Amino acid sequence: MSKLARVMLFLTRSKSIWSRNIRVWSKLAGPSLLGNFGEPVLYLLVLGYGLGQFVGEVEGLTYMAFLASGVACTSAVNAASFEGMYSAYTRMDVQQTWLGMLATPINVGEVVFGEILWAATKSLISVSAILIVSMLLGLIADAWAIFILPVAFITGLCFASLALLVTSSAKSYDFFLYYTTLFITPMVLLSGVFFPIDTLPNAVQWLTKILPLYHAISLVRPLMTGGEVSSVFLHLFVLAAFGTTAAMLATFRIKKRLIK
Amino acid sequence: MHAATLSPEIVKSTKLSKLYGGKAVVNELDLTIDSGCFCGILGPNGAGKTTTLRMLVGHCPIDSGELSILGLPMPDNASLVRESVGVVPQMDNLDADFTVEENLYVYGRFFGISSIVLKERTKELLEFASLEEKAKCKISELSGGMRRRLTLARALINKPKLLILDEPTTGLDPQARQAIWQKLRELKKQGLTLILTTHYMEEAERLCDRVIVMDHGEVMADAAPKKLIKNEVESHVLEVHAATEELLEQLRCDGSIARFEKSGDIYFFYGEKLSHALEVLEESSHDDYLFRPANLEDVFIKFTGRDLRE
Repeated sequence: MSKLARVMLFLTRSKSIWSRNIRVWSKLAGPSLLGNFGEPVLYLLVLGYGLGQFVGEVEGLTYMAFLASGVACTSAVNAASFEGMYSAYTRMDVQQTWLGMLATPINVGEVVFGEILWAATKSLISVSAILIVSMLLGLIADAWAIFILPVAFITGLCFASLALLVTSSAKSYDFFLYYTTLFITPMVLLSGVFFPIDTLPNAVQWLTKILPLYHAISLVRPLMTGGEVSSVFLHLFVLAAFGTTAAMLATFRIKKRLIK
Repeated sequence: MHAATLSPEIVKSTKLSKLYGGKAVVNELDLTIDSGCFCGILGPNGAGKTTTLRMLVGHCPIDSGELSILGLPMPDNASLVRESVGVVPQMDNLDADFTVEENLYVYGRFFGISSIVLKERTKELLEFASLEEKAKCKISELSGGMRRRLTLARALINKPKLLILDEPTTGLDPQARQAIWQKLRELKKQGLTLILTTHYMEEAERLCDRVIVMDHGEVMADAAPKKLIKNEVESHVLEVHAATEELLEQLRCDGSIARFEKSGDIYFFYGEKLSHALEVLEESSHDDYLFRPANLEDVFIKFTGRDLRE
């Protein structure tokens, strides 16, 4: 089999995992979408209006406009992480869905990649909802904002891979609290979602800049508010590096866990 | 076409071994299963049955030895092999998020089978599994027997050449079990090769044309069930429950007793006629006994012992 044929086969099989998941999602799309729209509306209105009164302008933007891009990126992180941890763990361990898939020609790498693709799709759905809400609230500067969607997808790929790496070691759902409490929450608080990071001590700023969320926000904020996008490749590289490394490690570990 | 269609040997292993923590769970297993065979694997818990089955589909790395399925070396061709193999796992892993019909459809898509073909095949398989009326039901609405039949139907979605069943009837009521047996016989008639593990001797005796008794990762006995019973154990068994020492003394005088075993307060006498022992029992007031022809369970116990396995 040629290399190209192999890659095509890998992608086709991963897509069949993705299709399975979107089929499940479509059955419960109503409540799921309500959550996708409802939550950002609440955040933007309550924090944007309420806190915005005290804060005034941030980096030359209304607080709500500043916040919108942060909320969009956070939701990309949360959507992919939840799917890559709780949902994926259910399919791996509780329902043994993956073991069923592995009795077909599908291999572990294809299951993992299919799950990553799907979790990133959830990020895409969630960010799309936020963009619609933001547009209705007049928070979107111009058509460049459409490029937020691919960034959201890539951010989703990155955090889905990290979440699956966590899942590969999970013994129960409680395990995920370590990751969310020790990694996701501090990252969200420090990466410039709610305030610009230059108010932070230098050392913390550097730490933040190593983490992937900061780079997602650095791309999304100017795209949303009509600012100038800089260091595109650096930001994309960090997201891709985290994602690729985590995806490979996750595949290796899940393979060890299931094929034993 | 690849070599798969040409080889009469569906499974061939030489010195196949699997170790867990330095202990051999499958120990230098030599196994050849020909096309069209319905092969049953019996063995106590931990005998290596499930591990062997897992190796057949590449779900368990091979530590040493060689294995080829449908003429293809494993585990290098695991994915290709699985295109032509159906698996009914010990633990149900039907997709709880889908209906009965969708379970078959979505599973078929994992094999890369087209939607058009699957629509037709789903209909056929629902009929085969007698689940036409449950097509739109959720998995949670199915009985244990229906779930197993659906799992069986799902394993056939790719028209396999080899069907692997790991304890397919465990936990089912007699009616549900008979229904599964009937389906398996139909498949055998169609020329499918089947490998089944079970703890039910009756199941193996009725269905299989070859029975392998496994223990400690090794083959202890391997023949047709009737032949095993004929060659490996005496023709009859007398089970005497809670007998007094005195009565036992008298029973033991029967010269036709070939073997004698005790398990708890049950005494097993193996032999051809055992006529003297039976006379003794008839004359005594002791009526708690059973005289019966030997069966596969006696063969099983002979090779694997009476000790509990945890």
